[in-house]
Amino acid sequence: MIQTIAFYLFAALVIASAVMVIMSRNPVHSVLWLILAFFNAAGLMVLVGAEFIAALMVIVYVGAVAVLFLFVVMMLDIDFAELRAGFIKNFPLGIAIALVLAAELIFGIGAYQAGRIDLGVASGAAAPILGESNTASIGAVLYRDYIFLFEAAGLILLVAMVGAIVLTHRKRPDGARGQQDITRQVRRNPDEATVMKQPEVGRGVEL
Amino acid sequence: MIGIEHYIVVSAILFVLGVLGIFLNRKNIIVILMAIELILLSVNLQLVAFSAFLGDLVGQVFAMFVLTVAAGEAAVGLAILVTYFRSRGTIAVDDVDRLKG
Repeated sequence: MIQTIAFYLFAALVIASAVMVIMSRNPVHSVLWLILAFFNAAGLMVLVGAEFIAALMVIVYVGAVAVLFLFVVMMLDIDFAELRAGFIKNFPLGIAIALVLAAELIFGIGAYQAGRIDLGVASGAAAPILGESNTASIGAVLYRDYIFLFEAAGLILLVAMVGAIVLTHRKRPDGARGQQDITRQVRRNPDEATVMKQPEVGRGVEL
Repeated sequence: MIGIEHYIVVSAILFVLGVLGIFLNRKNIIVILMAIELILLSVNLQLVAFSAFLGDLVGQVFAMFVLTVAAGEAAVGLAILVTYFRSRGTIAVDDVDRLKG
């Protein structure tokens, strides 16, 4: 009973906040509604026992992606009213396409429910370990069978990070403070960068 | 009793809302990016639900990879947005025609 109530609560909230994300006038409000949507989706995942992905969802989306969105929205000086100009004009077409998509998806779900397609039996190779937590089971699968994909995911994040920095890094004019001189940086060696000193007791060091 | 169908319906509605968001806010690229995040969220929900109901953890591992790609996409997308705004002073999608595509 309590599971049913929880499911409908989370489902209703996630859909309502998704509607608010796409409808709100102010993108800052959109980001905040997006955070609510992710929280409730995490709740839905906890309900089926996938607590690791749920926690990851909250950490990655709320902690990183939503903050990134907030930064960008607040940093750029944009007239958002002007950007909303086509909202009413696009509304009928958008609703029509959304209804077609929803009808197709619901038709598919209805057909699946009417007579289930024989999916076969799960291979059992990646079944959750009995008596272990969700996190431990995922760890076993991830580090045993998917270790190379896991490394590749790390590489993707590295490339994304380098790309974002390269794209947004602004070159300052020559001689400005904080300018990085890579040649000088690479040429430095310990002999000219460090000195040995033997200060007397009670006296400071003069550099 | 909550079955997999309930999860599929919620995730389908989320997906459709994401697509609708792209259509409604055709000029505002920030909201378009947020709508893409909604679509990815619906896919993740689907993967996790099937993984849980079929008793196969691969779905949850895959959801993690989707999460990784979504984070990278958001970072690079917003970086492109910031550079574009710096050079042109606007982010209206209609004005993005420098490549004459």
